Amino acid sequence: MQTYVKTALTVVIIALLAIFPFISSNFALTLLTEILIFSIFALSLNILVGYTGLVSLGHAAFFGLGAYTVGIVAKNISPNLFVTLLLALVISFLFAIIIGYICTRVSGFYFLMITLAFSQMIYAIVHQWFDLTGGTNGLSGIPKPSLFGDVALQSSTSIYYLIVLIFLLVYFGLKPFVRSPFGQTLIGIKENEARMQAAGYNTYLYKTLSFIIAGTLGGLAGCLYTYFNGFVSPGDVYWTMSAQGLIMVLIGGAGTLIGPVLGAAFIVILETVVSSYTKLWMMFIGIIFIIFVIFIPQGIAGLRSKRA
Amino acid sequence: MQVINGISYGLLLFIITCGLSLIFGIMGVLNLAHGSLYMVAAYLVFSITHSLTASFWLAVLVAPVIVALISTLLELALLRPTYHLGHLSQVLLTLGVAYVFHDLATWLWGTNVLSITVPPLLQGSVEILGQSFPVYRLAIILFGLIMALILWLLLDKTRWGAIIRAGLSDQEMITGLGINIKLVFTVIFFIGALMAGLGGVIAAPVLGIYPGMDFEILILALVVLVIGGLGSISGSLLAGLMVGVVETLGKVFFPQLAMFTIFVLMALILVFRPQGLLGKKVH
Repeated sequence: MQTYVKTALTVVIIALLAIFPFISSNFALTLLTEILIFSIFALSLNILVGYTGLVSLGHAAFFGLGAYTVGIVAKNISPNLFVTLLLALVISFLFAIIIGYICTRVSGFYFLMITLAFSQMIYAIVHQWFDLTGGTNGLSGIPKPSLFGDVALQSSTSIYYLIVLIFLLVYFGLKPFVRSPFGQTLIGIKENEARMQAAGYNTYLYKTLSFIIAGTLGGLAGCLYTYFNGFVSPGDVYWTMSAQGLIMVLIGGAGTLIGPVLGAAFIVILETVVSSYTKLWMMFIGIIFIIFVIFIPQGIAGLRSKRA
Repeated sequence: MQVINGISYGLLLFIITCGLSLIFGIMGVLNLAHGSLYMVAAYLVFSITHSLTASFWLAVLVAPVIVALISTLLELALLRPTYHLGHLSQVLLTLGVAYVFHDLATWLWGTNVLSITVPPLLQGSVEILGQSFPVYRLAIILFGLIMALILWLLLDKTRWGAIIRAGLSDQEMITGLGINIKLVFTVIFFIGALMAGLGGVIAAPVLGIYPGMDFEILILALVVLVIGGLGSISGSLLAGLMVGVVETLGKVFFPQLAMFTIFVLMALILVFRPQGLLGKKVH
């Protein structure tokens, strides 16, 4: 019975996502697109934080890598969707291998610090390599992704459909991933790494793989953000972006699939609503975050399952 | 000349990081709001020198104390009731606090870059061996060295220092010896914030006061903390000087690579010598 309800709910949500551009204002469409992009970002970070138990403060590195790759490739080589998407994924993947290989050697606070160090290295490169990245100005006027020949995804509706498609692929791809033996091993590492090692698992390898998957998906989110914005700024690589991702995951509920999506929606909507009244939205987020950490450590998703 | 700037910057970083290091070493809490305290102190100096008494010296004395009191309130209200949540949650709490302070400063003082002038005594420059050095930079160096000395005396030669060092290595043991560890925590938090405040006061005339200075200094303080060794004061001194000189000289001679080099160094230390250059292992 419950699975029927769940399936029905899923179908309804997908149908709503499909018809949303026809029933909504332009403003709401932009908002939803942004929510979906940050959902992918938070979902990717959640693989590390929620499932493997590695709290990263450097995930913006991958968001930035994806975003800048698309910007640079679209301006200098080709704005073709498949070219930019593939290159963004490959670049984030390669960086995730190197950074992940090094970072997963340490854990706890040291992991937090070393991911921060790497993301700040990427930030330093972005900030200083003016010819390629535009330095503090960022890159603007990035052409919209094109499909074949002259057909380009000009309208915000077409970009929206692209992002919905990728979001659904990521979300429903992560579902079996978490239930797979691989996903369960990651959870085991989070619960008790020493026991997993004693059981014969090479936890170091699993953590590196988890980092690579998270990094590549983080790059994917950055790549979509550039498609959506047509603009990249060094702020996308700064550590405050990593902190924002972390806040989304924790407010939504780490270690659940729906949590990061709820967290992303909550933060994006809050930011939009609050910043239309006052510039002090960081203060609101800070206060709400403090309340969540103290009183609702399981996040929004945890609240729901507790009631059920 | 640039070396002097580098050294004075390094000692400034040392003073700020010391506070972070004390708190982390003893309480296990990585205080991400440390940069915010530094920023608030700098803004307070601006307000005090521009409105009430216009006395720089009074501001230097008062601002860090106000900051330390604010931070003690935070410790009592926010951290003390949440020690059971674990260190990671507390780090996240301080991140929330940092967000709040960041906007609070913009709200109270606006987004313009503010500057303050130092009293005549510290203005100008002196000539030593045919080279001229700005007095204020030399004063920072002197002050930094005095602070290092005071901290060393405090930690190594007094009963309080012994308690703090004992807290570093074994908390349960010193609780067992009848020492009120919660009180120790609060005092440490006060001292740590005082150091951040002093840093902010000293930095304000040279580095300027602007939104975002909190996050900038936090990152550098974390770098110094890691390179020097978590919880090690002498390590922080060494690392502070290293980072200060590399940053300052780097900006002049190889601006593209200065920031990058520092973070590479930080990552290398974390992989190959996680206890830092002079630190002991902390868990």
